[in-house]
Amino acid sequence: MSFARRVWAIAWKDLLAEWRDRESVTAMFYFAFLVLFLFSFALGADQALIRGASSGLLWLAFTFTSVLGLGRSIQGELENDCLDGLLLYPAEREAIYLGKLCGNFSAILVVEMVTLPIFAVLYNMDLWSQLPKLMVIAVPGTLGLAATGTLLSSMTAGLRAREAMLPFLLFPLTIPLLLAAVRGTEVVLLGEPFELAVPWLKLMAAFDTVVLVVSLMTFEYLVEE
Amino acid sequence: MVSVEGGGAPVSSGIEIRRLVKWYGSQPALRGIDLAVAPEEILALFGSNGAGKTTLLRILAGRVRPTSGTIRVAGHMLDRDGNEVRRALGVLAHGHQLYEALTARENLAYATAMLGLDRPGERLAQALSRVGLESAADSRVRTFSSGMKRRLALAKLMLREPKVILLDEPFASLDLQATKVLEEFLMASKAAGATTILATHNLTMGYGVADRVAILRQGRLVFDGRREETSLEAFRALFALHGEREEGG
Amino acid sequence: MTGRGIERALGLLAALGLLAGLYTGFLYAPPDAVQGEVQRIMYLHVPLILVSYLAFFIVFVASILYLWRRRERADAIAHSSAEIGVLFTALAIAAGSIWGRPTWGTWWTWDARLTTTTILLLIFIGYLMLRALVDDHSRGAVFGAVLAIIGFLDIPIIHMSVVWWRTLHQPPSILRPGPSTVAPDMQVALYTNLAAWMLLYGYLLAKRLRLEEARWELNRLRMESLG
Repeated sequence: MSFARRVWAIAWKDLLAEWRDRESVTAMFYFAFLVLFLFSFALGADQALIRGASSGLLWLAFTFTSVLGLGRSIQGELENDCLDGLLLYPAEREAIYLGKLCGNFSAILVVEMVTLPIFAVLYNMDLWSQLPKLMVIAVPGTLGLAATGTLLSSMTAGLRAREAMLPFLLFPLTIPLLLAAVRGTEVVLLGEPFELAVPWLKLMAAFDTVVLVVSLMTFEYLVEE
Repeated sequence: MVSVEGGGAPVSSGIEIRRLVKWYGSQPALRGIDLAVAPEEILALFGSNGAGKTTLLRILAGRVRPTSGTIRVAGHMLDRDGNEVRRALGVLAHGHQLYEALTARENLAYATAMLGLDRPGERLAQALSRVGLESAADSRVRTFSSGMKRRLALAKLMLREPKVILLDEPFASLDLQATKVLEEFLMASKAAGATTILATHNLTMGYGVADRVAILRQGRLVFDGRREETSLEAFRALFALHGEREEGG
Repeated sequence: MTGRGIERALGLLAALGLLAGLYTGFLYAPPDAVQGEVQRIMYLHVPLILVSYLAFFIVFVASILYLWRRRERADAIAHSSAEIGVLFTALAIAAGSIWGRPTWGTWWTWDARLTTTTILLLIFIGYLMLRALVDDHSRGAVFGAVLAIIGFLDIPIIHMSVVWWRTLHQPPSILRPGPSTVAPDMQVALYTNLAAWMLLYGYLLAKRLRLEEARWELNRLRMESLG
């Protein structure tokens, strides 16, 4: 089906271009690391406090890093008028949105997976056994961030204040994701019963559904001038 | 001001523009354009920067929404059948629209996937050899000269086998070989029935390939005539009369 | 009745309403048994908040209408309503804060409703900023409409997440700002002020719409003279 082929082509192209230079994911990873590192300093020497705040810090790092990645992704299309080129294909606008979404989602997820071991070391956590459950929490959270971020970055791409506007619009909207992801991660890391995380997973699913539906319905209006 | 002469009766394919107006906020960019270009016609559109050439082409490409007016491209209404228009269209714009981190082959493979072409490997190999880039197929576009990049952009255009071709300053930064390839492509497409609008400020090159020539000035079409009826010298004079500065002559 | 006439009528009624509201709020209603005079701020705070929610709901509906039908008027209503909504929400939060200081001893609390309302304010400040930054008007209108739709649909999700979060991290014995009584003369004050602020909203909206209409007329004249 050509729709799927196009979605795949866009995502693959984004990831391939990224893999060639690896500029963006390197910057994203380094930034996530810095956030985790600096925060643990800022919280002082109280180990209990740090452990208590660790899930929150992890997701703060992931959120900031997502903004970085989203910004660079759309920037890559703006160079050389590639975005214009992309929009000139007889491709359904929804395919373009989904393709960009898959590319962004994958990049952010990869950075998260690479950051987790660093997190485990800095915050002295045993993550390995909990990895599948952490993924169950991370995937819908990251999907929501990527979906909202892809939509918003198509709006902010051409603006003078692009760097500031994307986070300013993204953060208030994605607060439920942040809360859900933090609480879910906490449940897993503290070894609490997983049922406690389930309502939060449902919340993330509700959020993701709303954003995906609205984005798919409105994306074509956003990209025409 | 010379009255606008149409290129012929309205056609059901090709390009038909009626009363096109575009305002950017309170700035007028196009002030009522009536233009029809038929299949197998190449229209060279001249005008200095700011005359509205790029705006017109971007509107035809569906990238900019007009303030008012009706446009038909390849038999489809632009505001209703966007995807149908895009299927018929081929554009060579200012930016080369290539991903520099990828190789030439990868850029074209991406295009074939987005265009939904079958036999993509074959088609892209053909396009590469037509523009003389087979030997550089697996090098990253970042390493290309600007002439090579333009040739690759042309190869991408060829993949589309467009019925309607829009070119914005195609002669800029083209080396000799690339210019020849472009001219061949335009002639071949024309013979296959394509409609072409070529916007440029290079009078000599534009005049060389055109069947019709037109001048856009401050958003208005101030001249539109058949090339055989206007010698290059007369045209140059006309252009100068309208206060435009000619380039590349 | 002409647009100007409606606007004048609303303005007059709003002025009267606000006067009536001041009277009922300060003089007619008795001081609260527990909180004393400070409670009177509620006659300002509650109407402001409720009218804000109405304003943002109207932004939502107008945005959908705009995307669907591309009527310029729908977009003008959305933009204007958002401006008024942001103003009223900011005032409401300030009023609540002023109430909170003597009552709870603090300017701010992480109470669920206050937090959600603040997030709502941030979302719609973002809306106004986005529209201000986009040069092409109709593009800004489309962006704004999409943002408003997502933002509004997000509100219940935000609220739920904040409430759940609060029950985790805070004991449930937090005082909530709100009408702390059902005494009939206090209700009178409340409803009078509510009506007054709604009328004021209507008046400001009408006035702002007239400004938009003037802008359209200006553009039309420009196009005619130059086109």
